[in-house]
Amino acid sequence: MTAKIKAVGVTKAFSSGDRTVTALHDFNLEVQEGEFVCIVGPSGCGKSTFLRILGGLATPTSGQVTLVPGKNGAPLQNIVFQEYAIFPWKTVLDNVAFGLEMRGIGKAERYATASEWLRKVGLSKFADAYPHQLSGGMKQRVSIARAFANDPEILLMDEPLGALDAQTRAVLQEELLRIWEASRKTVVYITHSIEEALLLGDRVVLMTAHPGTFKCEFAVPFKRPRTFELTGTAEFSRLNYAIWKELQGEVLRAMEQQL
Amino acid sequence: MIMKLDTEQRDRLLSIGFPVLLLLIWEFVVRVGWLDARFFPAPSSVLVALWDMTVDGDLLGKLWLLPGLIGQGDWGGVQQVIAQGNLWVSLFRIFAGFLLGAIPGIVLGVLMGMSRSVRVAIDPVMSALYVLPKIAILPLIMLIFGIGETSKIVTVGISSFFLVLINTTVGVRDIDPIFFEAANNYGANRWQMFWHVIIPGALPVIFAGLRLSLGTALIVIIAAEFVAAQYGLGYLIWFSWQMLEIENMFAGLVVIMLLGALFTGGLQALEHRLMPWDREERAGPANIPGVEAAT
Repeated sequence: MTAKIKAVGVTKAFSSGDRTVTALHDFNLEVQEGEFVCIVGPSGCGKSTFLRILGGLATPTSGQVTLVPGKNGAPLQNIVFQEYAIFPWKTVLDNVAFGLEMRGIGKAERYATASEWLRKVGLSKFADAYPHQLSGGMKQRVSIARAFANDPEILLMDEPLGALDAQTRAVLQEELLRIWEASRKTVVYITHSIEEALLLGDRVVLMTAHPGTFKCEFAVPFKRPRTFELTGTAEFSRLNYAIWKELQGEVLRAMEQQL
Repeated sequence: MIMKLDTEQRDRLLSIGFPVLLLLIWEFVVRVGWLDARFFPAPSSVLVALWDMTVDGDLLGKLWLLPGLIGQGDWGGVQQVIAQGNLWVSLFRIFAGFLLGAIPGIVLGVLMGMSRSVRVAIDPVMSALYVLPKIAILPLIMLIFGIGETSKIVTVGISSFFLVLINTTVGVRDIDPIFFEAANNYGANRWQMFWHVIIPGALPVIFAGLRLSLGTALIVIIAAEFVAAQYGLGYLIWFSWQMLEIENMFAGLVVIMLLGALFTGGLQALEHRLMPWDREERAGPANIPGVEAAT
C-alpha cells in the first residue's frame, strides 16, 4: 500500500477586515491508494474547506498537501460537488462527457464513454435531456457519472448526497457502493452522516468543532461488497453509536458557537 | 351558446382581436367626424397611403426596375434602386450599427465581467458616457465621420454598444462561481472556460441586452434621420409632416411598429434556437391557486 494523499499540518484562515477566522487548524491525513476515507464532523468544522484544498480550489494558509500522481497519465483528481454543479446549458450526455472533452478526447470516444456511464447510473433515457428536466437525485447521478467518466485517480466528494431526501439518498448510496467497488479508486468523502460514512467507507475520520482539526478515527471492519442491508446489523449499530458518542460533544460545541 | 376555446386559441383571439377592435373604434370615430381626419386619418386611409408608398417606390424603392437591371448586369443601378427604398436604408443603418456596437459590447462586457481590475477601471467612464443621450452627440459624430452613412451607423453603434456591454457584464458576473470551479476542476483552459461556461452562462442576459439595443437602434436611427438624412424611414416621416401628408406620416409610423414587432419576434426565435436549455416554465401569478386562471 502506498500513500496517495498526504496532508500535513494543514491550516486555513480566512480574514475579512481585521478579523481572522481559522476554519481548519493543523489537520493531518494520509489516504492509501484505493482507500475510501470518510470525513465526518459537525457543521462549520472546515471539512469542506479541506476538500477544496485537496481539489486545488483553495490554498492552505500553512501546511502541505500532496497528491501522488500515478504513471498512467489519467487526471489526478475530480470533485463531486454538493450542489451538483452540472451545467444547465449542456445536455446530460455532454455534462458527463465534459471532463473528456476538456482533455481533447474526440466526440465519438467521449460519447461512448459517457453513454456507458449513463447506463451504469440508469440515466440512458435522459442522455439528451437538460438538467432542469431532472430531479435532484438524477442531477447528482449525472454529477457522479461525470466524475467517474473522467476516470481520475482520486475522487473528492463533498457531501454529494447531502441535499437529497432520505430515500433517494439510500438508493444512491447503494449505487455508489456498486460503482466504487468495481473501480476501487482513492476516495475522500465528506459527510455529516455517520451511517453514510460507515456504509461507504473503509475508515471514518472525525473532526472537532470549529476550528476543525483531527479528533480520532475508526477503521470500518465490514466486508465488501456491502449493501444497505448492512445498516440493519447489530455491529453496524454498535459502531454507529460509538462514533456518535465521540462526535456528540463536538456537535454540541458547534451549536453553542452558533448562538 | 358558449364556445369552448382552449387556452391557446383564447390567447390568440385576444391578442389579435383587441388591436383590431381598437382600430375599428378609431375608424368609426373618424368616419362620424368626432376626430379630425386631417390630423388623425382613419386606419383605412393610412393603409391606402402605405399601399401608394409601396407601389410608387417610396418605401421599398422602384423594385420593378430590378429584373431589367439585373438582366443588363447593371449592379450599380441595382444598388441605386435599393438605396432609394427608405425601408432598406434604415434597415441597413440599424443592422450595421447594431453589429458595430454589439460585438465589441459583448467582448468588453466579458472582460469586465471576468476581471475586477478592468471593471474598476472602466466602470466610471462607462457610467458617465452611458447616460449621454446618443442623439445629442450626433453633431460631434458628424464632425468626425462626415455627414454620410458612417456617422449614422456609428451613432446607432454607440447606443447599442452600451446596452450590450452593461448586460453582458451583469450576465457574466451572475454566473454561479461553482460552474467556474467545476470547469476548472475538470481542466478547462481559458478558451474552454470562455466557450463552455462564460458564453452559455451569460447568454440569457446578453440576449436581454441585444433585444433592448435593437429596439434602441430603431429609435436612434429614426431620430437621426429626422435631422440629418435624405433617405430612411425617419426622413420619410419628417418629410411627410413638413409636406402635411399626414397619412404618409402615419404609414411610416406603422412600418416602424411592424419592424419593432419583427425584431422582437426574430430575436426570440433565435434565442429559442441558441438556448434550448432555457425553456423552464416560470410560475407567474396566474399559476397560483386563487388567482383567476388566465394562462
